[in-house]
Amino acid sequence: MATKAEQYGGDPAVGQDGHFGRFGGRFVSETLVGPLEELAEAYAEARRDPAFQAELDRELRDFVGRPTPLYLAERLTAGAGGARIYFKREDLAHTGAHKVNNTVGQAVLAARMGKTRIIAETGAGQHGVATATVAARMGLECVVYMGADDVRRQAANVYRMRLLGAEGRAVDAGTRTLKDAMNEAMRDWVANIDNTFYIIGTVAGPHPYPTLVRDLQRVIGVETRAQILEREGRLPDAVVACVGGGSNALGIFHPFLDDAGVRLVGVEAGGEGLASGRHAAPLNAGRPGVLHGARSYLMESDEGQIIGTHSISAGLDYPGVGPEHAWLKDTGRAEYVTVTDAGALAAFHRLSRTEGILPALETSHAVAHAECLAAELGPDATVVVNLSGRGDKDIATVAAQEGIEL
Amino acid sequence: MSRITERFRACRSAGRTALIPYITGGDPSPEETVRLMHALVAGGADIIEVGVPFSDPMADGPVIQAACARALAAGTTPARLFEVVRRFREDDPDTPVVFMGYANILEAAGYAAFVRDAAAAGVDGLLTVDLPPEEAGELADEAQAQGLDLIYLAAPNTSTARLERVCAVAGGFLYAVALKGVTGSADLDAGRVEQQVAGIRRVTDLPVAVGFGVRDPQSAAALAPCADGVIVGSALVRMIGEHGAAPDLPERLRDAVRALRRAMDETTTGGDS
Repeated sequence: MATKAEQYGGDPAVGQDGHFGRFGGRFVSETLVGPLEELAEAYAEARRDPAFQAELDRELRDFVGRPTPLYLAERLTAGAGGARIYFKREDLAHTGAHKVNNTVGQAVLAARMGKTRIIAETGAGQHGVATATVAARMGLECVVYMGADDVRRQAANVYRMRLLGAEGRAVDAGTRTLKDAMNEAMRDWVANIDNTFYIIGTVAGPHPYPTLVRDLQRVIGVETRAQILEREGRLPDAVVACVGGGSNALGIFHPFLDDAGVRLVGVEAGGEGLASGRHAAPLNAGRPGVLHGARSYLMESDEGQIIGTHSISAGLDYPGVGPEHAWLKDTGRAEYVTVTDAGALAAFHRLSRTEGILPALETSHAVAHAECLAAELGPDATVVVNLSGRGDKDIATVAAQEGIEL
Repeated sequence: MSRITERFRACRSAGRTALIPYITGGDPSPEETVRLMHALVAGGADIIEVGVPFSDPMADGPVIQAACARALAAGTTPARLFEVVRRFREDDPDTPVVFMGYANILEAAGYAAFVRDAAAAGVDGLLTVDLPPEEAGELADEAQAQGLDLIYLAAPNTSTARLERVCAVAGGFLYAVALKGVTGSADLDAGRVEQQVAGIRRVTDLPVAVGFGVRDPQSAAALAPCADGVIVGSALVRMIGEHGAAPDLPERLRDAVRALRRAMDETTTGGDS
């Protein structure tokens, strides 16, 4: 395995001041500038402190269950008829998705900063559950904001958060989805900055969040790189991950950035197809703008109003994307494609039946594209998919597609 | 000298604290906004702030969020708001107008184009809530070229060192955010604000206007003695939300501003000189 320094260190020059080329930055109202500077300083200091790293490593091993396995999906590979497809099994992490890697790290940081109250935004509820989980683990008060429509669609996760001792607050503004939950969490933070730590769930938001969350998710890629070298004796030909805000993708991509031979492929939610306008694919069909504290690609009107998005997976249903992805797109280091709702659903069923793994609908987008890519690359190649989350949360959505009410 | 600077000087020599009402542009409609702007002036406004509606107004409380939604539903765009200001200027060449909004609207239009169109329409200043000086380089160049004042916020937790950096690039006036929170919050502490304003005055000679949380004549009056200007937003916007369809909305708004004006004038010691 990689050393701890390799896991969390090695911040490239890009991103040091929160900018990735023209993307990123700190586009916030004045009241948040001080707290963001304080957070950046606290994080920089924590990174240099071996005790912080040691505590994080212990939590990731004993509480989260890391390292997660790298699994060769033999029957899916046979069906796709090409490259060997490996899964990085983040679905086996505690709470069932990669989200907890980030919440554990930020909660440790929050406690270190003396904050007693945690807030978070959530879409499908996975980040909310992961946040409520670590808040319970560390004895911190926790409030999770969730769009009112999402509260209705994800009732089980809302109840999970309550069981974990967190308060879920429904946001009845705007489109009543993830972006509105994030607006409301920012408003809460600005009013309670003295005692409150805001755990953002993805590599978006104002500096230092995109780098902080990326660093905490890098453990996925660091483990993957070591595991595939051990299994195959060489690096993979491609690494594939779904992209909503983009934290699972960046977590697995980042340790491969300098490996020019490894294709990095992000899969956005194509919804009902890009031509329909009903999708959530800002990197493929949006343009640069400023939302939630950073410049990145956005889904917006000609006048800059944020427009509604659509995806069958609530976790990808977001009009923006982390700024580092915008930069990776523009520099050409990573490529970004889309998979439709139908494509993701089909992959969900194939994976369930061929491998005995129910993937999250978000993850199913990556699986669908990886199958195509495997066929294209041929049998000598290997493809790694970040199997970012388990699909139990989605069974009602899938059932509804078949006219079944659970 | 900009219209904003000129107006603060006039207020100062008259011993008066400037009253700066805020309304969201296009709420309830762009046409009505012209009438409402005149009503604000008739009630005693010294400077008018017009909010440029945004779909995701993160720094605003529920009252102004709702106003943004109404304005957008009424078809408000920056182009229509420039037209609103042009029409306002036909009858009022003197009252300074500040556009308050969010960065993405300027990003989408292009900073150069937005500033040029704003200046041509008769806008005097821009306050872009989520564009702190560090990110405003491009806007600052354009604003300077077009003679627009860039107005910046000073929060209760803004350090002195940072305040110095902000004031170095700020124009028109400094907008002191009176509380940690969003617009329309309700736990204003006049004593603490007085200290905050005093701290700002040690750093800059710019006029200091106080806003966020000024919700009635009493709170406006409490702040008037310590500041050069008092900004009132959510209280007026709430009235527009409740009476948007009323034919006498302009008169109601004028009377509300007049009540604010009167309360402020009663507490400022300078009086007319």
